[in-house]
Amino acid sequence: MSFDTSNLQGGEMDPEMKEFIQMESQRAQLQAQVHKLTDICWEQCMDKPRDKLDSRTETCMTNCVDRFIDTSLQIATRFQQLLQRGQ
Amino acid sequence: MDFSSSPGGSMGSANKEQMLDQVKQQIALANAQELLQKMSEKCFKKCINKPGSSLDSSEQKCIAMCMDRYMDSWNLVSKAYGSRIQRERNR
Repeated sequence: MSFDTSNLQGGEMDPEMKEFIQMESQRAQLQAQVHKLTDICWEQCMDKPRDKLDSRTETCMTNCVDRFIDTSLQIATRFQQLLQRGQ
Repeated sequence: MDFSSSPGGSMGSANKEQMLDQVKQQIALANAQELLQKMSEKCFKKCINKPGSSLDSSEQKCIAMCMDRYMDSWNLVSKAYGSRIQRERNR
């Protein structure tokens, strides 16, 4: 979920309301990202569900989150380089 | 959602509190619905190989376990993501 905050810049918005919306919208974005990462890493790491998460799966999940973010960062950086080279 | 037509100044503070609570509740609800939808999708995939005429007991057991593990995973990912954000901020 995300809120369009572009129309909230005006002075008529009271500060408390503005802060509330920014906080909640940030929280919603964070949760959306956690849903996405859980989906991706579940596919990568989960075998048959057992009666608890074993430590191997836990390690895989944690690594998966960090490597996914590394991948996104590397792709963003390289994409930017390609754009600059193309100019 | 558009709040621009109701600036806080014209609203009673009790009224405003109520509205903010409602917004929070709706966000929490949306979050729960997303989780439910994901779990149904993932656990169907993990637990039901050949759909029979009903869910047998081993499938039901698998679904219960899968749900618990999915929620564990969600919490774990949430923690890992949070600490990564923290680390990126401190860089």
